[in-house]
Amino acid sequence: MRILGAIPTLLLVIAVAFLMVRAAPGGPFDSERALPPDVEQNIEKAYHLDEPLPAQFVRYLAGIAVGDFGPSFRYRDYTVSEIIRQAFPLSMRLGAMAMLLALIVGVSAGMAAALHKNSMLDRLISAVAMLGISVPIFVVAPLMVLVFAVSLDWLPASYAGSAGADRLIMPIIALALPQIAYIARLTRASMIEIMASDFVRTARAQGLRTASIIRYHAIKPAMLPLLSYMGPAIAAVLTGSIVVEQVFGIPGVGQFFISGALNRDYTLVLGITVFYAVIVIVLNLVVDLLYGFLDPRIRSR
Amino acid sequence: MELLRLRNLTVQYPDTQQPAVSSLSFSIDRGESVGLVGESGSGKTQTALAIMGLLPANAHYSGSICIDNQELLGASVAELNRVRPGRVAMVFQDPQASLNPYVSIGDQLRRILLEHRFCPSAEARSRTLHMLGRVGLPDPERQYRSYPHQLSGGMRQRVMMGAALLGDPDLLIADEPTTALDVTVQAQILALLGALREETGAALLLITHDLGVIAHHCQRTIVMDHGRALEDRTTHELFAAPSSEKMQQLLHAAPCISRDCDTLATPAGAPVVLEIDAVAVSFDERRGGASRTLNAVRPFSLALRTGETIAIVGESGSGKTSLARAVVGLNATTQGTVSFQGSRLAATVSARSRAHHRDLQMVFQDPLASLNPAMRVADIVEEPLRVHAEATDRRDQVVAESLRRVGISEAFFDRFPHELSGGQAQRVAIARALILNPKVLICDEAVAALDGTVQEEILALLREEQQRSGLAIIFITHDLAVVRQISHRVVVMYMGRAVETAPCEQLFRRPKHPYTKALLDAVPQPDPTIRQAVTPLVGEIGSIISPPDGCPFNPRCELAIKICSETLPPLSGNGAGLVACHRAEELDLTY
Repeated sequence: MRILGAIPTLLLVIAVAFLMVRAAPGGPFDSERALPPDVEQNIEKAYHLDEPLPAQFVRYLAGIAVGDFGPSFRYRDYTVSEIIRQAFPLSMRLGAMAMLLALIVGVSAGMAAALHKNSMLDRLISAVAMLGISVPIFVVAPLMVLVFAVSLDWLPASYAGSAGADRLIMPIIALALPQIAYIARLTRASMIEIMASDFVRTARAQGLRTASIIRYHAIKPAMLPLLSYMGPAIAAVLTGSIVVEQVFGIPGVGQFFISGALNRDYTLVLGITVFYAVIVIVLNLVVDLLYGFLDPRIRSR
Repeated sequence: MELLRLRNLTVQYPDTQQPAVSSLSFSIDRGESVGLVGESGSGKTQTALAIMGLLPANAHYSGSICIDNQELLGASVAELNRVRPGRVAMVFQDPQASLNPYVSIGDQLRRILLEHRFCPSAEARSRTLHMLGRVGLPDPERQYRSYPHQLSGGMRQRVMMGAALLGDPDLLIADEPTTALDVTVQAQILALLGALREETGAALLLITHDLGVIAHHCQRTIVMDHGRALEDRTTHELFAAPSSEKMQQLLHAAPCISRDCDTLATPAGAPVVLEIDAVAVSFDERRGGASRTLNAVRPFSLALRTGETIAIVGESGSGKTSLARAVVGLNATTQGTVSFQGSRLAATVSARSRAHHRDLQMVFQDPLASLNPAMRVADIVEEPLRVHAEATDRRDQVVAESLRRVGISEAFFDRFPHELSGGQAQRVAIARALILNPKVLICDEAVAALDGTVQEEILALLREEQQRSGLAIIFITHDLAVVRQISHRVVVMYMGRAVETAPCEQLFRRPKHPYTKALLDAVPQPDPTIRQAVTPLVGEIGSIISPPDGCPFNPRCELAIKICSETLPPLSGNGAGLVACHRAEELDLTY
């Protein structure tokens, strides 16, 4: 049922993306030097760009249905699927590591702040988190390069210019920072709420140590809002990675997305958009199912 | 032998003038049962929290709380945890909120045993199961695996009592343990509490606003008001001759169902204003793929006359609220009709005419939740005038007048709902309902959330309003004492059906249905000299998903015979009352 419900969402995403790509001025084969009209016609015919828009859309959908995103307009010898297959593992590694880092640091900081509510530690964590949320990645990332690569020379400035494992450290941190901030704030708020709940008071009355209360009573309900946030978080990391890959020169999906957009490479931009949409929708579905499984009140319905 | 001793306990919160608890001293002997009684805000719960070491971080406290000469006030968590729950344990008011919804019942109880090493971990499960059985839960194996939401309110409170007794405490503190429960379930829980106390020899500190509960379960009673103890005497002495004015007030306002009250004469020959004809309400519920029908109200008929109050009583799940909402049009009727002054009303409120909106008004249970928190008192009361474009030129005057009539003075007109007490908020809600001069007022548990003395004031206000304007009232309540104070006629509902209707006085003197009698028996009398029925009604109200065959009450009825489980008794009778019981004629029930 839930999986069927995701199909209209996906169709809508495809349709909007399809129209917006076409709405951008210029075409994939425009260049400084105008092509002879008959060559242009031939190219358009080869890529079915001469057909009316609805027909092109139907053709595109039919392709997606069998997993074919079509050929890239710019990378002549590659299909979009091939480009994604090559570039995605690197982007996924970057995203997954950033998410993991964000969870570990964000949850720890949030819990520490909640358990020492209104202390200096809490105020410090809250202030840093506020900063992390309000400063965008495209400001943080170049600053990091400036400090850690240029001034201190601790880490390589770009991915391409280095072969060591440390070339991913800065990208991961840059990508994780806003998520750390969001997760820390969310964890703090929900943990404070749970620790003030009647059932935690009952557990105190039953003489449970704070450590036991957290472990057996508080952690699960406090983490549930975090689980709901995972859907949007994954989407944010995916879009964030487009910026980070650009700043650090990482040949991931994001790089191709940006060059695709600049080149009006319709199929590449569309393909990546649809691919990411599928990932976000699927992961949201997984989160929902997991939520239902973890909350006994929903589970028994 | 002295077990607990409080000396000059004072609890104060920042930004408040008056301390929540002020120089409170009392002691409890081993095995003694002590009641702590007072209105909300009198400091009862704060006292309990102080004993348990559960005061919030911003509370300032002084004095001393000793159990067996060990100081508890200001003790560290580690020190406190050596005392709770092995020496002192507590049962809280709201069993739903007090249990963790994410952890199974078994795991919550087992954790207590494991944490305190009350038994080897291999035995924790069997000890827990044994305790679940001891507090009277059927099928302990199943409850062990259950989650709180799968249990009824009464069962949850049994679980809480089991949890409190796992450490075999010397003192059990119970804070309004039955306030959230139906009267028959309350009787069961109190009987269980008494039995367990006898079994374990634990002392009891019972906190309640209900003098009836105190009268029958406490040897000694402490009366609190504004954080101070006014009286501390044996319960018998206290009830026989209360010396403080507060206790006299409380006793006067206490629900009286056996003592004589001013009875209300049914208005004779008044015209029928509202007629409910065979109204039924059902809801479709989808569970997984299958859908099923919940019959909340079975075909139900009633005629309400001008100037008359009909009370509808029943336990939670009896369908009384669904009926009230259907009459007002908040949920649609599945069949049957509601007529107002002879003209048929549309099923939903949105399909009804403006005039009908005005004539039928409703007052809800939770006054704070039913007032818009962003609006001022005067605006709230004025809103119906604006909606109905009434009294355009002298609205302020009309609003002021109607607020004054419900006892709200000028000083409160500009306040927001959260700046009002519960009683004041309900007065405002009543003023809002009455400002359009409705013919019929439907009150759904309108005084359930209020203290006894405030309850009495609100009921008096409604009676006055009725005498002034001939208002007809349908009063939905679970509280028989309230019924007695306000109604001319009573309808008793059980699982969506009316099982008995009778003039108020007759119902209380000579109940005809065994369920009515059981309800009356279950109300604790605020008089320790009255011996009450010792065996409370067994079981809980059945599920309307799969109602029993025959009379819906038969599985719980001591007097049931063969026919009761076979055919549904019709609502019938002669004279003033109707009853749906096969044995109504032969039984001679009195109260």
